[in-house]
Amino acid sequence: MNIWLQIGSAVVVVLMLVFLYPAAKHWLQNGPKAEKGDWQAAAIPLLLVVGFVILLIMMVR
Amino acid sequence: MNTLDRAIGRSTEQTFATNKVIKNTYMLLSATLIFSGMMAMLSLYLAVPMWTYTVSVIVAMLMGMFVLPRTADSAAGLGVIFAITGLMGFGLGAVISLYLQLPNGPQTVGLALGGTGIIFLGLSGYALSSRRDFSFMGGFIFAGMMVMMVAVLANIFLQIPALQLAIASGFILLMSGFILFQTSQMVHGGETNYIHATYGLYLSIFNIFISLLQILGIFGGDD
Repeated sequence: MNIWLQIGSAVVVVLMLVFLYPAAKHWLQNGPKAEKGDWQAAAIPLLLVVGFVILLIMMVR
Repeated sequence: MNTLDRAIGRSTEQTFATNKVIKNTYMLLSATLIFSGMMAMLSLYLAVPMWTYTVSVIVAMLMGMFVLPRTADSAAGLGVIFAITGLMGFGLGAVISLYLQLPNGPQTVGLALGGTGIIFLGLSGYALSSRRDFSFMGGFIFAGMMVMMVAVLANIFLQIPALQLAIASGFILLMSGFILFQTSQMVHGGETNYIHATYGLYLSIFNIFISLLQILGIFGGDD
């Protein structure tokens, strides 16, 4: 990649970090805490996504 | 009007507003995805060079950070979201054309496209039908995104293939979580602006597609 494109990409990523920081801080400090069963309800579909991606990888190999 | 009537009235109003946000978001998301696909086909036809992708994404991200927040509450926001998604679609054409030249390229692109659609529809459908509140994931998702951004920043200069694979895998997981989070935010009234909601969901779909392309491209290549 051209050095100027690398620098431009890096500047945008740093800006995104600056923009993301207040949102991350807000959600970490004030976001609702998980109740019993909440993480399980989120983990099951995410594990299905992982399984699905593995299936796709097996299909292209 | 007694307290119960007022409560029912407010609840009906909230439900109506929530349904309107969900309907508008999915309509706008469909329109932006179609427009984005058309722009990708145009850039494929024009055979644009690879740097077009980087430039398009840089400009689109800058617009997403500085222009969209100022226009999202007005009709101008619609023009901005189409400009952002059109630009990203145009850049995507350059990446797709690169992958199409690989052995099994058309299969890789097709699987990434179909896989992205299945992941998005599955997760969004799950969040909509279960009506669970996934807002507890907010801290995890935003902190995770910051970690990923640091990794992306490092790999812009290091360009380590194994790190790229780890970033792509992490993005699929994080963006999948973000789809659950954003959809539940719409359902529970945490997100009332359909332009912001569309932008978030579009970015998730875009990132999942690009990450799947990278992963399938790496594993599908000749050993």
